[in-house]
Amino acid sequence: MNEKEKLIDKKGVRLDGRKADELRPVKLQVGVLSNADGSAYIEHGKNKILAAAFGPREMHPKHLAQPDRMVLRCRYHMAPFSVQERKSPAPSRREVELSKVIKESLEPALFLELYPRTGVDVFVEVLQADGGTRCASITAAALAIADAGVPMKDLVVACAAGKVDDTVVVDLFDAEDKLGTADVPVAYMPNLNAVTLLQMDGILTPDEFERAVNMAMDGCKKIYALQKEALKTKYMVVKEVEE
Amino acid sequence: MSSLVTKVRLKQIEQLIEKGKRLDERGLTDYRPIKIEQGLIERAEGSARVLLGKTEVLVGVKVETGEPFPDTPNEGVMTVNAELVPLASPSFEPGPPDENSIELARVVDRGIRESHAIDTEKLCIEPGKKVFVVFVDVYVLNHDGNLIDASAIASIAALMNTKMPNYEIKDGEIKIKQGYTPLPMKSHPITVTMAKINNRLLVDPWFEEEQVMDSRISIATNEDGNICAIQKGGSSYFTPQQILEATKIALDKAADLRKKLNW
Repeated sequence: MNEKEKLIDKKGVRLDGRKADELRPVKLQVGVLSNADGSAYIEHGKNKILAAAFGPREMHPKHLAQPDRMVLRCRYHMAPFSVQERKSPAPSRREVELSKVIKESLEPALFLELYPRTGVDVFVEVLQADGGTRCASITAAALAIADAGVPMKDLVVACAAGKVDDTVVVDLFDAEDKLGTADVPVAYMPNLNAVTLLQMDGILTPDEFERAVNMAMDGCKKIYALQKEALKTKYMVVKEVEE
Repeated sequence: MSSLVTKVRLKQIEQLIEKGKRLDERGLTDYRPIKIEQGLIERAEGSARVLLGKTEVLVGVKVETGEPFPDTPNEGVMTVNAELVPLASPSFEPGPPDENSIELARVVDRGIRESHAIDTEKLCIEPGKKVFVVFVDVYVLNHDGNLIDASAIASIAALMNTKMPNYEIKDGEIKIKQGYTPLPMKSHPITVTMAKINNRLLVDPWFEEEQVMDSRISIATNEDGNICAIQKGGSSYFTPQQILEATKIALDKAADLRKKLNW
């Protein structure tokens, strides 16, 4: 690792040609799996991620059901071939933690108390990773839940910001994630102005942190428009056929 | 977790919060009394026990030699593991670590790692081949809430108490010499956890507050007043304003603790 290698050039252009506040291209598709109640596929830069939602359905095992609310379960998993060096398919500690924070980022969007004794399962498979997989996973998982017809308070959309070569930038890709000085993934419900996931590692001044969170939320708002578009694309087509 | 009892408690807790009070008579941003005891496990290279109110965490540090990671050949290795020991709470069960203990370990790990608390370059014995590996094992002995802060403080206290074996290299072999030197440290991060209940932020939530909280946020800061790690947890959200308020409280409380602990 060459410490002097610059991640941003003098003109403020990043290694992959983006400006500081520019997102990678995002492509979203809803209803891509026939067996799942709801599903979505996201390509966020080189990230390729599938999400599927099942339910609300009876909980298995049954003793995990809650008498007063629905239980949301989430599994974030990376395919062995999704990264440079083969990843063991067994869930790593990182995947266990991410599964938990992704679940907690989606729960605020659901009316858990309206579906007692039931469960919704969300499965996220990272087919190819390029930095920011937890955010892309949340964006896709929220669409899968919506596609399953589970009522939601708002869609959840996620985007990271961070610090690379002394500059606060949005949507870090793999190299920036590894060599940058800080990473702040944020999940957000734009209509409710509610942050449902917030993590940070690296070192930021309080001022830089505030800018990073704002930048990430701006990124979220842009992806949010694409999310709504993706849902409309699927359900508009169905409508036309019915008429 | 009996939801009937906690709903009654929630009401009580909420009413008190409106008056700026808490069940245990603390102010909203007050910590429970903290007690630190270092070096009580002689077999470990470093150890510390922290009492945060009734929450009790023991951290033992073992130092061994091992291989560095290929991408950081000149740096020693640090790992954090957390055990929610069954004797600490009726809700802890024996068995492999669950998501809660993994999250606890990874949040503590991030605070230490991202603040560069340990000077890992000084743990290199032979670049690319041999380095010191620092194992930080968090042992929760009694769970009365806010395991994150108690574990983070105990881990740093244990690292400050850690002694590295002296060594010399003779004919490519490592020979342990007599005596010890302290583990080289660069920073002492402090993690401050707040619970959100009724849209108010409560510092250092104890067990019953954790049972009824909407969500929590843990913020680690270093002595320069910079933020080095954050973790949001729980099934609710924070508004952007609440996040900024939380970072301010975290910096304030960390400064207080720093003075109190002399870190």
